[in-house]
Amino acid sequence: MSSFRKYTQNSFRSIVFSLLCLGILAANALAQGELRFCLRSEPKTFDPLKVDDDASSAIRYLTGGLLVRMNRQTQALEPELATSWKVSKDGKQISFTLRSGISFSDGTPFSAEDVAYTVQQLMDPALHSPTGDSFRSGPGNVETKIISPTQISITFPAPVAALDRQFDGVAMVSAHSPKKEMAVLGPFMVADYKPGATILLKKNPNYWKSDAQGRKLPYLDSIRLDIQSNRDVEMLRFKRGEIDLINSLDSEYFDKLAATNPQVVHDAGASLDSEQMWFNQVAKAPLPAYKKAWFRSANFRRAISAAVNRDDLARVVFRGHAQPAVGPVSPANKFWFNAKLKPENYSPDAALKLLQADGFRMENGTLKDKDGNAVIFSIITNSGNKYRERMASMIQDDMQKIGIHVNVVTLDFPSLIDRMMQSFDYEAILLGLTNAGLDPSDQMNVWLSSSENHQWNPQEKSPETAWEAEIDKLMRAQASSSDPKKRKESFDRVQEIAVEQAPFIYLVNKNALSAISPSVHGANPVILLPQTYWNAELLTK
Amino acid sequence: MSAGRRVACAVLLLVAGVSLAANWLAPGGYAKQYREATDAPPSRQHWLGTDEIGRDRFARVLYGTRISLLLAPAAALLSTLMAALIGGLAGYLGGVWARIAMAVTDLFLSLPWLFLLIMVRALMPLNVSPLFSIVVTFFMLGLLGWTSAARVLCASSATLKDSDFVRQARASGVRGARLFWIHVLPNLKPVLYAQFWVSIPVFILSEANLGILGLGVAEPMPSWGSLLKELEGLVSVGEEPWKFVPLALLIVVVTSFQLVLSNQEEVAV
Repeated sequence: MSSFRKYTQNSFRSIVFSLLCLGILAANALAQGELRFCLRSEPKTFDPLKVDDDASSAIRYLTGGLLVRMNRQTQALEPELATSWKVSKDGKQISFTLRSGISFSDGTPFSAEDVAYTVQQLMDPALHSPTGDSFRSGPGNVETKIISPTQISITFPAPVAALDRQFDGVAMVSAHSPKKEMAVLGPFMVADYKPGATILLKKNPNYWKSDAQGRKLPYLDSIRLDIQSNRDVEMLRFKRGEIDLINSLDSEYFDKLAATNPQVVHDAGASLDSEQMWFNQVAKAPLPAYKKAWFRSANFRRAISAAVNRDDLARVVFRGHAQPAVGPVSPANKFWFNAKLKPENYSPDAALKLLQADGFRMENGTLKDKDGNAVIFSIITNSGNKYRERMASMIQDDMQKIGIHVNVVTLDFPSLIDRMMQSFDYEAILLGLTNAGLDPSDQMNVWLSSSENHQWNPQEKSPETAWEAEIDKLMRAQASSSDPKKRKESFDRVQEIAVEQAPFIYLVNKNALSAISPSVHGANPVILLPQTYWNAELLTK
Repeated sequence: MSAGRRVACAVLLLVAGVSLAANWLAPGGYAKQYREATDAPPSRQHWLGTDEIGRDRFARVLYGTRISLLLAPAAALLSTLMAALIGGLAGYLGGVWARIAMAVTDLFLSLPWLFLLIMVRALMPLNVSPLFSIVVTFFMLGLLGWTSAARVLCASSATLKDSDFVRQARASGVRGARLFWIHVLPNLKPVLYAQFWVSIPVFILSEANLGILGLGVAEPMPSWGSLLKELEGLVSVGEEPWKFVPLALLIVVVTSFQLVLSNQEEVAV
């Protein structure tokens, strides 16, 4: 009996051992051509039309099939599922000619019917599609006209700014597939999802693209996305080789990685993201009248701008991985950046001259206004963001040099937002702006004086200053025009006014930093999201 | 006095003395930014190197120590006095008064400190000096930190109330406030001392924790909390050991307080 037990125990151990070996071998085999990286939050949806968060946006980028796509490197619009397209002169209509013989990942054929279905879904008010919002330029319904299985025209009730570029975010969904949004046209498809842990994307067997040698794309077999919000853990996992890339690396981590492994880090230069501060110009804000007068003076705001040493902010706070900001548009935005604008030179003397023009004077090292009030204001920023806290400390020190006393206050984010949007009980705020889109129309909600996000003075009933009225006019003009040259002229002027009036004091544009494992080939990080895997179909491992 | 306690007292005196001499030992001050020498290692000019925006770390440690060591005892004094008043009186009066006082104490104990402090910071005017901000933070800590001590004092006071000498005083005609003030309160002194010493390291650590959350001391004023924030993201001890000086100092000071306290506790018992 005992020898039988021993025999069965040994057999059991052998089987377990063999299974383990097989498991390891199988895992290794599966790991061939598998890219791994972290998503910093749980995706809220896999429906490409409902995407409203970074994680879902990453999934959409990797799985969605688009009619046209902006090349993240050249920033030019390129054909994808549509071989050609034409926008009408009035900016209301767009016609697409589609590729033929294309199928969704489940084998359902793709045709103009799917494009019509996608657009109708996108514009359905009941769906509340954030992507659809950018197409809603006026009241009325969208009309889709299927000319043939490969031709379609879409007519909007009012002109849509940069109509063709707006389709960069519209992933096609199938009108007929029983799998609905899980049937995709992109290079990868969702194969497995473990909430809170991982998402496995597998190669789409029906993906239509091939490389120059006729090899079917994508090269990778799969992409494993681990949901990991902790940046320290992400960094450690990268160092251990458990993940292959990190997007939007922060400058401290970048330098630490560069010190030990310089070939894995990539600095693509200034990104679209900016750090900026602004003064409260809300008329009903609970501030003393003399302070409201300072903050509403362009000379005061420009003086503060001139007294901020942006070079030091970029060099010290971001360890050289940032550029002094020029204006509302980063130089990284190749087409829309107004090249005539130059970064504001650090000049305490120029700042004092501007202040003197408004009646300010220096008394025993303290700046006072014409009524004898010492110039003291507070800058709020969100607690826990060490870069903003350091920038605020350096600005505090810079202001001391022109006799201004600044109190730095760090607040939890909800309190800060409440002061910014509800109570208007603040003097100056230092925050960052993440620009996802290149087109000025994406910034309409910031520049229109009636907008809620017109941060320095939201929801004005009518423009309170002449320059705000001019910005309103120019922004509306660029949005309703389909002529890129005219649009550029209008938006160039908006940028000039923004610099002249300094409602926002732009500080720095952070560089696009990333890390890519040497085992990943074909990567070419760029400044636009998704920085490292924008050409995921061409990556190999 | 034990040797351990003597050493602890000497350490506390030394730390307090050096921090009070910060003006002479670090004449550059805690706010000056040496922007050409940021995040620098220790040197002759900067004994503990500089922080990320080039401020002398040695100066910041000295001034931070001064703030933490001055305000933590002040907050401890406030909380001990409140505990003596609420807990001591509740124990002395007994009955319904004790039950009400203990219910209030339990209510305070159940309050989430952190959210309360975040709320207070959010409600405070923005244009206050860094010194005012830190004073308010410690005041809040003192105002909220009396509860545990009040429970201990309530129990001690209730015991004293029935002691022979109090009964004798009562029999001699001493009544009310005079009885409490002359006979009960002086005999609570050892417990009060112990509670006072216990509170100091607790408040120092609380402020350090609040500093890490971005509350408490406002820039550019340093505190142990803001200095400890520098350790965030530090991968290894050997990488930049001088950054651990504030942490080492905190451990030394808290340990010294505990050593001094252990003797006081013996006295209290």
